[in-house]
Amino acid sequence: MALMDYIPEWLLIHGPAVIIVLPLIMAAVTSILPGRKPAWFVAMLVTIICTVTAFAVAIYNLKTGVDVYPMGGWDPPHGISLLIDALNAPILVLITLMAVVSLVYALPATLAEVEPKKRAPYYAAFLLCVAGLLGMVVTGDAFNVFVFLEVSSIATYVLVAMGAARDRRALSAAYNYLILGSIGATFFVIGIGFLYMETGTLNMADMGRILADLDGGSRVAKVAFGFIVVGLGLKLAMFPLHNWLPGAYAYAPTQITMFLASTATKAALYLLLRFVFFVFDPDFDYVANVLQFLLVGLGVIGMLFASLQAIFQTDARRLLAFSSVAQVGYMLLGVGIATAASVTAGYLHLINHAIIKGGLFLAVGAMWYRFGITRTADVNGLGKTMPWTTAAFTVSGLSLIGVPFTAGFVSKYQLATAAAANGWWWAVFVIVLTSVLAIFYIGRLLLAAYFQDAPVMEDGQVCTRNEAPLLMLIPMWAMAIASVLIGTNILGASDLVVGASERAANLLLGLGG
Amino acid sequence: MFDLMQINPGLWVIAAGLVCALIPKTSATSYIRKFLIIAAPVFAAWLIFQIYDSSEVLGGKLSFSGIELTTLRIDNLSVVWGYLFCLAGLINGIYGLHEKCRITDSSALVYTGAAIAGVLSGDMISLFIFWELTAISSVFLIWKGGDRSYAAGIRYLAIHVLSGVMLLAGAIIYAGANGGDFSFNYIGLDAPGGWLLLLAMGIKCGFPMLHMWMQDAYPKASITGTVILSAFTTKFAIYALARAFPGTDILIWIGCVMTLFPVFFAVIENDLRRVLAYSLNNQLGFMVAGIGIGTTMALNGVVGQVFVHVIFKSLLFMSIGAVMYRTGTAKASELGGLFRSMPYTTVFCLIGAGSIAAFPLLAAFVTKAMILSAAIEEHLYIPFLMMLFASAGVMEHSGIKVPHFTFFAHDSGRRVKEAPWNMLAAMGIAAALCILLAWPWGGYQMLYDLMPYEADYKPYTVDHVVFQLQLLFAAIFAFTLLKRFKLYPAERRAEIIDADWLYRKLGLNIVTWISAMWTRLGAHTNRLRRSTTDALGRKLYQAFSPAGTMSEGTPSGLPAVLTAGVLVIVLAIAYMAGT
Repeated sequence: MALMDYIPEWLLIHGPAVIIVLPLIMAAVTSILPGRKPAWFVAMLVTIICTVTAFAVAIYNLKTGVDVYPMGGWDPPHGISLLIDALNAPILVLITLMAVVSLVYALPATLAEVEPKKRAPYYAAFLLCVAGLLGMVVTGDAFNVFVFLEVSSIATYVLVAMGAARDRRALSAAYNYLILGSIGATFFVIGIGFLYMETGTLNMADMGRILADLDGGSRVAKVAFGFIVVGLGLKLAMFPLHNWLPGAYAYAPTQITMFLASTATKAALYLLLRFVFFVFDPDFDYVANVLQFLLVGLGVIGMLFASLQAIFQTDARRLLAFSSVAQVGYMLLGVGIATAASVTAGYLHLINHAIIKGGLFLAVGAMWYRFGITRTADVNGLGKTMPWTTAAFTVSGLSLIGVPFTAGFVSKYQLATAAAANGWWWAVFVIVLTSVLAIFYIGRLLLAAYFQDAPVMEDGQVCTRNEAPLLMLIPMWAMAIASVLIGTNILGASDLVVGASERAANLLLGLGG
Repeated sequence: MFDLMQINPGLWVIAAGLVCALIPKTSATSYIRKFLIIAAPVFAAWLIFQIYDSSEVLGGKLSFSGIELTTLRIDNLSVVWGYLFCLAGLINGIYGLHEKCRITDSSALVYTGAAIAGVLSGDMISLFIFWELTAISSVFLIWKGGDRSYAAGIRYLAIHVLSGVMLLAGAIIYAGANGGDFSFNYIGLDAPGGWLLLLAMGIKCGFPMLHMWMQDAYPKASITGTVILSAFTTKFAIYALARAFPGTDILIWIGCVMTLFPVFFAVIENDLRRVLAYSLNNQLGFMVAGIGIGTTMALNGVVGQVFVHVIFKSLLFMSIGAVMYRTGTAKASELGGLFRSMPYTTVFCLIGAGSIAAFPLLAAFVTKAMILSAAIEEHLYIPFLMMLFASAGVMEHSGIKVPHFTFFAHDSGRRVKEAPWNMLAAMGIAAALCILLAWPWGGYQMLYDLMPYEADYKPYTVDHVVFQLQLLFAAIFAFTLLKRFKLYPAERRAEIIDADWLYRKLGLNIVTWISAMWTRLGAHTNRLRRSTTDALGRKLYQAFSPAGTMSEGTPSGLPAVLTAGVLVIVLAIAYMAGT
C-alpha cells in the first residue's frame, strides 16, 4: 500500500502507544485553547493522525505478525503490553474513523448544541473519550482496560451533560449514566480482582494461559467471570442493563450520540469478546453455559423488547436508541451461538451497525439543527424540506431494516445463516421478526417524512426547503454510502469487512487465525 | 475497467433517457432532449458496429455472489436486432420531434435502450432485468394516451411483470439444473423450466390467448407512443424465442394459429390502430412459425421478416398516427377521403400497406416467402396453407382496409393539413427502406447479408412473382366483390373484445362478486377483528410505550438492583455448570 511508504518506521513500531498518548496529551492542550475553531482544529488533527496511525499499525502488524508492544520496554507479563491483532485492529480503525467523521459534523453542530465557553473543554473531553476507548481496545493488560474504561466513561458523562445547553434533561441522563456506568466499572474491576486472585497476573494473554492450565479454575474464576460479564454487559447496554442508554443518547450533543452509538458500546462488546474467548474459553463449562443461556437469552429478549419499545417511542432519538439496544441483541446472539460463522456475523454486525446507526443519528441531529425536531410527530414533510438529509436517513434506515444491497442485510443474513447452520431455527425466526418490527419503527418516520405535507408555520406560510449545512451532509452521506458499498460489494467493501470479521472470529476460536 | 467495448451499447441509450428525465423542463432543454433522442440510437449503432467482428463477441463479464453474468454478447443473431432497434429508435425519434413531452422522450429512450441492451445481453439475469425494464419504461407511453389508457396501462404492466417473473423463475430452474450456468443459449422444451420460459416469452410476443394486452394497450397509447411500442417489445420476445427455442415443433402450430385468428378480428374492427395491432399479432405469427420450423432458411426468413416488419409496421402506425394527429381520431367510421388533404401520407401508407402484404418490389416480398418456402421444404403443407390464407388476410385488412377507409372510401369531409415535416421525414425514411430492402438489383442482397446464415434464396423468380400477384389480386378482387354487394362488415363504432373477455368481463364479474361477498363477510368479522387487534395493540402500547409499564422512567436504584439480579443469574448458571 502506497500509504505505508510515507509512514516513518518509528511510528509503525510505536504506533500503538502513539494513538493513546497523543490524544491524552492533546486533550490537556485543547482544554486551554481559546475559542472554538482552534480547539476543533487541534482535535481534528489529532484524530486524523490517530486514524492514519491506526490504519498503518493495523496493516503493519498484520503483515509483520508482531502483535505485542511492550510499554516502556518492559516485557510482558511483568510490563504492560499493548497488542494489535486481527480482533482489535478493525475496532481501532472504526473508532478513529468515527471520531473523524463525527468531528466534521461537530463544527456546525456544536454552534447550536454547546455553550460558547464550554466548547474548548468539549473538544478536550472528546479527545479524552477517544483516548480512553482506543486505550481499552489496544491494551493487553486487564487492569489497564479498567483504567481506560474509566477514562472514556468519565469523559462521556461530561460530554452527555454538555447537552444541557440543548435540553436540560441531559443532566439527569448524564447522572443516571454516571451511576450505572460506575456500577458497571466497579463490577468489572471486582471481576479483575478475582481473576488476579486466581491467576496472579494482570496480563490478559497470561491469564488465558494460566486459566487454561487450571482447566477453568476454581469458583473464584467463575465469580470473576460473572462480574466481568455483568460489568461489560452494562457498558454495552445488554438488555435489561440498558436503562442508561436511551436517555444518554437522546440528550447528548449529536456528535457525542453518534460517536457513542457507533463506538462506545462496540468497544465494550469487543472487551466481552476478548474476555469470553481469549482470557476465558468457551470450552469451560460455565462459560459455555453463560453464553448459551444468558447472552443468547437476553440478546433475543432484548431484540424483541427493545424493538417493541422503539415502535412506540415519540422521540426520534430515543427510538433510535432503543433500536440500538435491539441491535446489541443481534451481536450478543452471534457471540452466544459461538461458532465461527456466528461470531463472524456478530462482529460484522458490530461494524455495520456502527456505520448504520451513526448515519441515522447524524440525520436526526441535522433535523433538529434546522427545524428543532426531536419528536417523531414532527418529521412530516421533511422529504421536501430537507431532501438530502431525509434521503440519507432513508438509505441508512433501509440498511437498519436489512433490505438487500445494504450493509444491514449482509450481517443479518450471515447471522441468520449461522443460526440456521446451528439448527436454531427459532433464532432465525426472531431475526426476521425483529427486522419486520424495524420496518415499523423506521417506516413510520419515512412515511411521515415523504407522504405528509410540510407543516404550516405560524405566519401561515408552508415550510420551505432548508437543507442541512454541507459539513453535516458529508458525514451522514459518507455513512449512507458506506453502508450501500458494503451491501453491494462495490470496491470490495463487503469483502473487506467480512474478511476482517472472519479473521477476528478465527483468531477468537483459535482456527489458525 | 472502463472499456467502451465492454459496455452494452443499450446502456448508453438508457443513460440518455435518464438524462432526459432529470434535466429540468424548459423550452431550451427540449432541444437537448431531442438531440439525445436522435444521437443516442446512432451512437449505440456505431458502438455495435465497432464491437461486432463477424464472430461471437462476449464482454462485460460480471460476477455477483457466484453468478456469472455476460452483459454483452454480439453475434450474428443479436447484431441484427441491435441494428434494427437502433434504426427503429432513430425513426421513432424523428417521428416524435414535434412532441414537447419530457415523459415521452425519456421513457422512449429508456425503453429503446432496454430493448437494445436486452437483445445484446448474454445471460438470463440481464435478460430478465431488461425484460422488465422494457415493460416498466413503456407503460408511461401508454399512460400518455389519455384517461382511457390508465386501466389499459395497468393491465399491460401486470401482464408484462408476470411474464418477467415467469422468465426469472424459469431461468432459475433452468440454471439450477445446469449447475448455476445462467448463460442464455438454446434451451428447448425438454430442459427443466423450459415451458415456463416459453410461456414467459409467449406472453410478450402475443401467443394466442396470451395476446390480449397488445390489442388492449397499443391503440390506447399516445400517437408517438403507439409507434414506439409497436417496434420493440414483441420483437424482443421474438429474439428470445429465436435464441432459445428454434426448431420447437409446437411453435409451428402456435404460429399458424397466431397468423389466422387476428385476421377475423381485424376485418370487423373499427379502430384502425387496433386493426394494426391485430395485424401486428398476425405478423408475429409468421415469425413464431418460422422459428418453429427452425431450418436455416426459416430462421433467415424470420430474421429478415423481423427486420422489414419493424420498418413497415412502424410506417403503418406512423401514417395512421399522422392522420390521428391531424384529425383527432383513428376510427374507420369517421375517416375517409383524406388522400386529397394528406397526399404524402397517403403514398407512404400505401407503400407500408404494400410492404406488409408482400407486393413484389416491396419489403415483405423478399422475406415472408422464405418462411413459406421453408415450410414446403419440410413438407409442412397444412401450416403452409394456413399461412397462405393468413397472407391473403393480411392483404385484406392491412393492405386494403387500412388505406381504403382512411384515405379513400366515402369522403368524410375532413380537410386537414398535411402531416408535420418530421412525421413525413420519418415516414419517408421508412418507406424508402421498404423499397430499398426489396430492390431486386442489389437491394435485397443487403438484407440477406445481415442474416445469420448464408442465404441463397432467390425471391425474384417468375413463378414466385406471379404466384404472389395472383394471391394479392384475388384478395383485392374479393374485397371489391364484398364491398360491391355490401357484404363487407361496415365500419361500426364498437370495441371488440376477444379473449380479453376472460378477464375484462368474466374476471371482472367474478372479482365484483367476490368483493361484494367480501364486504358482507367483512362487515361481520370486522368488529371481531378490530376488537382483537385493538386489544393487542393496546396491550403492547401499555407495555412498551414511553409511558408503559416496561419503560417507566426509573430512578438509578432500580437498574442497580437489576444489575445485581443479573449477576445472581450469571453466577447461578456458572455454578450449576460446575456441579
